[in-house]
Amino acid sequence: MQERQIMNQEDVRRALTRVAHEILEHNRGAEDLVIVGIHTRGVHLARRIATSLLEFEGIDVPVATLDVSLYRDDLGVRSQTQTRLQPTDIPSGIQDKRVVLVDDVLYTGRTIRAAMDALVDFGRPQQIQLAILLDRGHRELPIRADYVGQNLPTAIGERVKVRLLETDGTDEVALVFEDIYAEDSEDIGQEE
Amino acid sequence: MSLSREIDTPDIEGSLAVKPTVRKHVLDLDDFSREEIEEVLDSARGMKEVLGRDIKKVPALRGKVVVTLFYEASTRTRVSFEEAGKVLSADVINMSASGSSTEKGESLLNTGLTIQAMGVDTIVIRHPHSGAPYLLAQELDKVSVINAGDGLHAHPTQALLDIYTVKDKLGSLEGLKIVIVGDVLHSRVARSNIWGFAKMGAKVVLSGPNTLMPPDLIRSDNSIYRSTFSSRIEVDTNLARAIEGADVVMALRLQRERQNAGFLPSLREYIRRWQVTDDLLARAKPGAMVMHPGPMNEGIEISNNIAHGGSSVIEDQVTNGVAVRMALLYHVTIGPSQQL
Repeated sequence: MQERQIMNQEDVRRALTRVAHEILEHNRGAEDLVIVGIHTRGVHLARRIATSLLEFEGIDVPVATLDVSLYRDDLGVRSQTQTRLQPTDIPSGIQDKRVVLVDDVLYTGRTIRAAMDALVDFGRPQQIQLAILLDRGHRELPIRADYVGQNLPTAIGERVKVRLLETDGTDEVALVFEDIYAEDSEDIGQEE
Repeated sequence: MSLSREIDTPDIEGSLAVKPTVRKHVLDLDDFSREEIEEVLDSARGMKEVLGRDIKKVPALRGKVVVTLFYEASTRTRVSFEEAGKVLSADVINMSASGSSTEKGESLLNTGLTIQAMGVDTIVIRHPHSGAPYLLAQELDKVSVINAGDGLHAHPTQALLDIYTVKDKLGSLEGLKIVIVGDVLHSRVARSNIWGFAKMGAKVVLSGPNTLMPPDLIRSDNSIYRSTFSSRIEVDTNLARAIEGADVVMALRLQRERQNAGFLPSLREYIRRWQVTDDLLARAKPGAMVMHPGPMNEGIEISNNIAHGGSSVIEDQVTNGVAVRMALLYHVTIGPSQQL
């Protein structure tokens, strides 16, 4: 396995700052906004965006957290299903609010589909928008992000690793791929 | 594991450090690690949030079928399993021994095979004979089995909801003194709770009449005595002394249907010596909580005052039971397929 850095700490900071500005621009302020972070890393990104909004406009935008596990369409199908639920907490409610969903990586779109299903159980928001740190393509559903930190065309076999200060001690986005010259490269291409 | 499974999932890549626990059956707490208990408790907390919503329904187990197979009477365990399954969108079918083919002499195993042949995903079983759930778990390869109480042996879902309740109120079980009072001999709740509480770091003191203390637990060949937790378990037949400084007092139901073998001189004597009362509770730590797995014989093992007083968390136990059973149904249903 090899890793190539896509974004460093400064890149992540700049991207999030720009996303925060775009959110303000698009919504003409922060009125009626709720930032909803999807566990785990989306929650940290959501808090950072809210901090920026407070800094730029002086408005304390409520931050909510969402665990979408119970809404996934691939429970038990994926090898990495997480059984431990994390707290869903939407203290401000979302009825008639403009909701900005936040996650780290946008890939198949299935997480966002689950998140939207979960959200509508809590009320009828005026709008749902989507902010993403890294869009790596390969959508399986008709979903797109309104705010994108960085677009990164990837191959399906590659994996993206997002590290954040809060969970991993550093801010970084890296591409993980098989080293085709390595000795164990025979495994590549054996998928059905 | 083939490469293709790994690359199915990278949209969550980076957000998962913990490898999920794979569990097919819930038979007793002896094979749960502390880490796995914590995992269930965390999930139960998430499930409790779902139960507090206006719309108490999530699609997690849509298309799954759960059968509750009860060979013994039950209110809270059966109803809470049914609620748990329905809130998670599973289809729940309730079956009891009376009115079923059991009355025509069908064996437990054949009933289990029949249910499995119908494509059921999970069987929740209560049975008067210890070990019945193990038989099903051993013989049925396509279903998950959850033990909802077997004979005098185990009641793991009750123990998990008790642990959840204590942790919810007191933050942690580490170093707590938990006194279990009464008919320990006939109590599967106590047997599972001993494992659970001790694994979570609490000290467990069993107290009650000598005749109702479990010889299997005192015997040195019992597995709990060979475990690393044995030093955290104690028997003290002097209730006043046992309850001294306790953080939690759990009264057990006096199983009157099992009292015809001369365990007690009289009910009145039992009440006088072993009922959990205000006077006794005054010896426990201030703010100590009182638990009871239900159903209660009010005025026998527990006084009316205590049962409905400020220190009682008996209703919380029932509420938490639904959340804990949701977490377990969720874990066993999405767990096994990961072995594919």
